[in-house]
Amino acid sequence: LLAAGPGPGRAGVERERRDALREELLLSPLPTGDVAATFQFRTRWDADLQRGAVSHYRLFPKALGRLVAALGVRELHLALTQGFWRTRYWGQPPLQAPAGAELWVWFQPTVTDVDKAWKELSNILSGIFCASLNFIDSTNTVIPTASFKPLGLANGTDHHLLRYAVLPREVVCTENLTPWKKLLPCGSKAGLAVLLKAERLFHSSYHSQAVHIRPVCRDASCLAVSWELRQTLTVVFDFFSSGQGKKDWSLFKMFSRTLTDTCPLASQSKVYVDISPKNKEKELLEVSPAPTSIHEAIVQGDKKTYAVYDLLSPSLFNTSRSLNVQLKWKRPQDSSEMPIPILHAQRYVAGYGLQTGEICTLIYNTHPYRAFPVILLETVPWYLRLYVHTLTIITKGKENKPSYIHYQPAQDRRRPHLLEMLIQLPANSVTKITIQFERALLKWTEYPPDPNHGFYVGSSVLSALVPSVTAMKDVDVEQSPLFTSLFPSSDGSSYFVRLYTEPLLVNLPTPDFSMPYNVICLTCTVVAVCYGSFYNLLTRTFHVEEPSRGGLAKRLANVIRKFRGVPPL
Amino acid sequence: VCTSRFWFNYRHVANTLSVYRSVKRLGIPDSHIVLMLADDMACNPRNPKPATVFSHKNMELNVYGDDVEVDYRSYEVTVENFLRVLTGRIPPSTPRSKRLLSDDRSNILIYMTGHGGNGFLKFQDSEEITNVELADAFEQMWQKRRYNELLFIIDTCQGASMYERFYSPNIMALASSQVGEDSLSHQPDLGIGVHLMDRYTFYVLEFLEEIHPASQTNMNDLFQVCPKSLCVSTPGHRTDLFQRDPQNVLITDFFGSVRKVEITAEAISLDRDRAGFESKFPEEELATEPLKYAEQLPVAQIIHQKPKQKDWHPPGGFILGLWALIIMVFFKTYGIKHMKHVF
Repeated sequence: LLAAGPGPGRAGVERERRDALREELLLSPLPTGDVAATFQFRTRWDADLQRGAVSHYRLFPKALGRLVAALGVRELHLALTQGFWRTRYWGQPPLQAPAGAELWVWFQPTVTDVDKAWKELSNILSGIFCASLNFIDSTNTVIPTASFKPLGLANGTDHHLLRYAVLPREVVCTENLTPWKKLLPCGSKAGLAVLLKAERLFHSSYHSQAVHIRPVCRDASCLAVSWELRQTLTVVFDFFSSGQGKKDWSLFKMFSRTLTDTCPLASQSKVYVDISPKNKEKELLEVSPAPTSIHEAIVQGDKKTYAVYDLLSPSLFNTSRSLNVQLKWKRPQDSSEMPIPILHAQRYVAGYGLQTGEICTLIYNTHPYRAFPVILLETVPWYLRLYVHTLTIITKGKENKPSYIHYQPAQDRRRPHLLEMLIQLPANSVTKITIQFERALLKWTEYPPDPNHGFYVGSSVLSALVPSVTAMKDVDVEQSPLFTSLFPSSDGSSYFVRLYTEPLLVNLPTPDFSMPYNVICLTCTVVAVCYGSFYNLLTRTFHVEEPSRGGLAKRLANVIRKFRGVPPL
Repeated sequence: VCTSRFWFNYRHVANTLSVYRSVKRLGIPDSHIVLMLADDMACNPRNPKPATVFSHKNMELNVYGDDVEVDYRSYEVTVENFLRVLTGRIPPSTPRSKRLLSDDRSNILIYMTGHGGNGFLKFQDSEEITNVELADAFEQMWQKRRYNELLFIIDTCQGASMYERFYSPNIMALASSQVGEDSLSHQPDLGIGVHLMDRYTFYVLEFLEEIHPASQTNMNDLFQVCPKSLCVSTPGHRTDLFQRDPQNVLITDFFGSVRKVEITAEAISLDRDRAGFESKFPEEELATEPLKYAEQLPVAQIIHQKPKQKDWHPPGGFILGLWALIIMVFFKTYGIKHMKHVF
């Protein structure tokens, strides 16, 4: 940081501080008794990374800033996830990610060779996040045409600038969390990030950490561009594994730590607890200590109430040095009251044997009277050969023809299958989409070291505009909590949601890897025995051998035989 | 480098992580460490305590810790990648953390563990590296001046066979067992269900826990670390290629990194108004009309999206040949004078 001083120095200081950090933690109890904690750290920088040589980085991490500038990236979304978000039981997620690693990037129109930039980008990110993102290549990258529209400012959306890849086999562990934490301005030493300890975060049902970079409007008039970096971490704690079977939660019980102070670089630092009453009755949840304020917002089409703890307000740390938010249920929960989300989906593999199979996707629309469209994006690796003529979409017993289909068949060892469909879901219905496939034999060097584990098929993506229960009003992005401004909203009557289905694990016919050794041994033995014998027979020469005169005993015996008149030995 | 996959090889990952931990504790930063783990034990679904790897039963020491950076994970640990890291022949887009950026003033410590045999080390149950390959890789490193001195430690069965073939100067090698002997594991933990560490590395770790960045312990002490009574196998070492006497080589020469700091009492003044210092951003041009966000699900636009024009390719050889055959047969059958009927 510059020291204040006379002359041009001071003006430079005022203009230098153009970045701001907001951090926020959202605790939402889920209908099954688990609790979901979503951390969001948002750094907004009022500078244009694409133009001009920016060399002074303050809150925005230099590693990512230089990446965006050097490779011409317009938007970057990287998510590393362990586990699966069970939409049916937990409700709509604020931001879901598929199991494994998911990377999707929009490039600037000035980039000439998008594939080359994509490969370089995945290599650089694999070094930054200690993940095997360098396995992203043309065999698992697709170019979606209708899904994954840019979440930031965009003029024109030529989908050839978009690349999407998912690595379902990727493991997420502390080595991915460590560099993610190092990108935060305060690290994990102050503010909300002190709660991020690996031993508690990975002992959970769902752990997802993500990095989102996009250009946003600087202010309401939207004439200038700012760059926004959001780091989100969602974790769902399972009340069974957290002991005692009681459904009461507290920060200490979840993270084994409490909040002690704020990050001095943050301009806003808040904890939100979802205390929305179900069925419009009085509250079910009691929070202690008393929150600094109550905030009401319309999130995902429904009116929700939040208890807010503002860590920057001086009254919060007056009584005690640490803040341990506790949630207690006022009356026992009725398991029959579990609300069903309006849109949820399921996917599984059907069939038997190792030759063919069928991928079935079930999409549920539980809204009583509204129908809405959904885009389904499926990426299937090339070694599961899809038969598109067997694709059937059935709703309520009748066939449902999609309004838009984009199918790009796979090329062996070069490109995966891409299937994108826009399907209308009628009200209160179940749509079943099935497609048959055949399993291919790989070359023996292409199998991973543990082929009998199976091969993963990445999650399918469902993007939909779900009708909201309560109409949403336009709110100022800067004043509202971060979790309400993830997706830009167009009109209040529906909200955008992106869901992922389960990844699939499919067994391919696996050869016996000891066969090359067996074959070599057998062949060499046969060759040695047969050829060797023939060679000996053909090339061996035979000499007549003089019979030996014999030993002493033989000569004596011959003498006796001569006397007897019998031929000698 | 840990070369073993699958949950029952937990101890090999624990071995590698305990050496990693000691080396970090003694001062070597992550940017100077290349850690290769062939499988993930900490977040393995079979691990009853996620995000931890223990080295001692009763779960005393979590060698995984909270600040670990693994450079090569899971399927990336292959013989090819290992040799590329050593010799420096890496594809140009490899990030810095995955490279061995050493020069001729660097001391390198290489620790390998896994399953091995007489003359080979098994990588991930599907391939092997032989002692000849390893010796040649070290010779390449020597020719390219990629190391000053190299310490090679291996904890596998018949480990001494791996250093038999070295022929480059300035290499010192240690192994946990001689040819014909097996290296044994230390103790199982009933809660986790597998053996937690190998004996040789367990005693090496105990030895290293007493070393601090300024200690003067030398290599001869490291050679005495695991006698046959504790280790059951006979550890071996090789120092004939090394130029210095092992008595004079400090442990911290390889395991630690001590930065020389010079304290000066002079005051240096920083000039504030230097002409070359730029503190302004380039002037930005504001847009004339407001920019807007893209629509997330533009149904009308998607439905009317024009499909990409398929590029027209001239017909290929087979089609041309087929048509030529058909035309020739026709004219042969009916005679050339019928051509006027065609046109």
